[in-house]
Amino acid sequence: MQRVFPFFLEAAWVTILLSLLTAILGLVCAILGTFARLSRFWALRMLGATYVSIFRGTPALIQLFILYFGGPQIGIQLDAFEAGVIGLGVNVGAYMTETMRGAIISVDKGQAEAARTLGMSRWQAMRSVILPQAMRLMIRPLGVNLNTLVKSTALVAAISVVELTYTAQRYIGSTYKPFEMFLIAGVLYMIIIYIVGLGVAWADRKAQLH
Amino acid sequence: MSDQKPFIDIRHAQKSFGTLEVLKDISLQVDRGQIVAIIGPSGSGKSTLLRAINDLDPLTGGEVWLEDKQINKTLPHRQYEKHINEVRQEIGMVFQHFNLFPHLKVRENVTLAPKMLKGLSDDDANALAEEQLTKVGMIERIDYYPSQLSGGQKQRVAIARALAMKPKVMLFDEATSALDPELVEEVNLVMKKLAEEHMTMIIVTHEMSFAESVCDRVLFMDQGVVVEEGPPEVIFRNPKSERTQHFLRNHLAAAG
Repeated sequence: MQRVFPFFLEAAWVTILLSLLTAILGLVCAILGTFARLSRFWALRMLGATYVSIFRGTPALIQLFILYFGGPQIGIQLDAFEAGVIGLGVNVGAYMTETMRGAIISVDKGQAEAARTLGMSRWQAMRSVILPQAMRLMIRPLGVNLNTLVKSTALVAAISVVELTYTAQRYIGSTYKPFEMFLIAGVLYMIIIYIVGLGVAWADRKAQLH
Repeated sequence: MSDQKPFIDIRHAQKSFGTLEVLKDISLQVDRGQIVAIIGPSGSGKSTLLRAINDLDPLTGGEVWLEDKQINKTLPHRQYEKHINEVRQEIGMVFQHFNLFPHLKVRENVTLAPKMLKGLSDDDANALAEEQLTKVGMIERIDYYPSQLSGGQKQRVAIARALAMKPKVMLFDEATSALDPELVEEVNLVMKKLAEEHMTMIIVTHEMSFAESVCDRVLFMDQGVVVEEGPPEVIFRNPKSERTQHFLRNHLAAAG
């Protein structure tokens, strides 16, 4: 038992790194997706809506499989970790797009009207009036996206990234203790998610103090 | 006919939402310094008319002019945006629900647009904010957030925010309708002060006594048309139209 522990800690580190990179990629995708969804151009709005419906409308596992196993067939060669980050990042980006868009459109319409009647452009009103208020509204739901994201990283075990879930499975063979192995993985996930939750709560508190 | 053009000229304003026609060929001229009240039952189109003046609710027919500029021009998107943003700087607007920016302090609510759109320095913008907030009696609350103010105080800050752009005309869209009765007077006083300074104002209101005491002209609107217009003493004391009489009677009864 004690001999496997260092491997679990190493795997936890991989899960953390995976979550971090995925979150960053997801946020980038979500910012682009939100711009597209709220664009005044029809084509961009369609593009954004298509992105969201494809990646929310199919299992993340299938998306990973297509990218990792199907990718080479169309000339995309990625190692398992890269495929994991890109696959999950683009996937969580679709969810975050809807979170951000939801926060922006739930800012009272009167705010944009007041800004526009003062003579601000659409973009000026967005930047200095709508977005600062939307940011406050989106921190908590983005936290939910992050929580889901950390747990989704377990999926990349299926494409052989050596993270927590994969490591647990691997040491069942040598220890014959599936209960303990998965329990260790579960506790480590919980610790990571707890820390993420603390971070989100801190950011939310900070944002609400005007 | 005088060859002096009206300050604000609304010509044959028409507005439909789908098959519903909310403004039916309305024309209205307002001279510089004039104060016009628009009264009428809800759904009569009075707010829509007011919001058409700065193209917030664009008309489906007719024209709106401010001095020698047509406001509701049809232009390619970029040109229209540039045009309307310039025009709107000259037209202050005050809303029923104040629409103060809750993430900004009172001071920043007032200085935001002048800094952004007129390039005012911090010092100049602060001096401007202090001047406008003094005028509306809110200087003591300059470093408060909107959430820390009463409704009447919020509305006074909203008026200061609009005035800071040095508009040529002020539009009031039921500025006191959302206020508790005891807070109405402080906002009315600020509007009276503006009237004394000969600010051109168009006021959509349910406050008949205020309209009577402040305005030069009153328009009574119902179902998308101007039923009757004239000086307040005529509209309120001696209305010709049956519909105006009926509305005022009901209104007085409701006001108890």
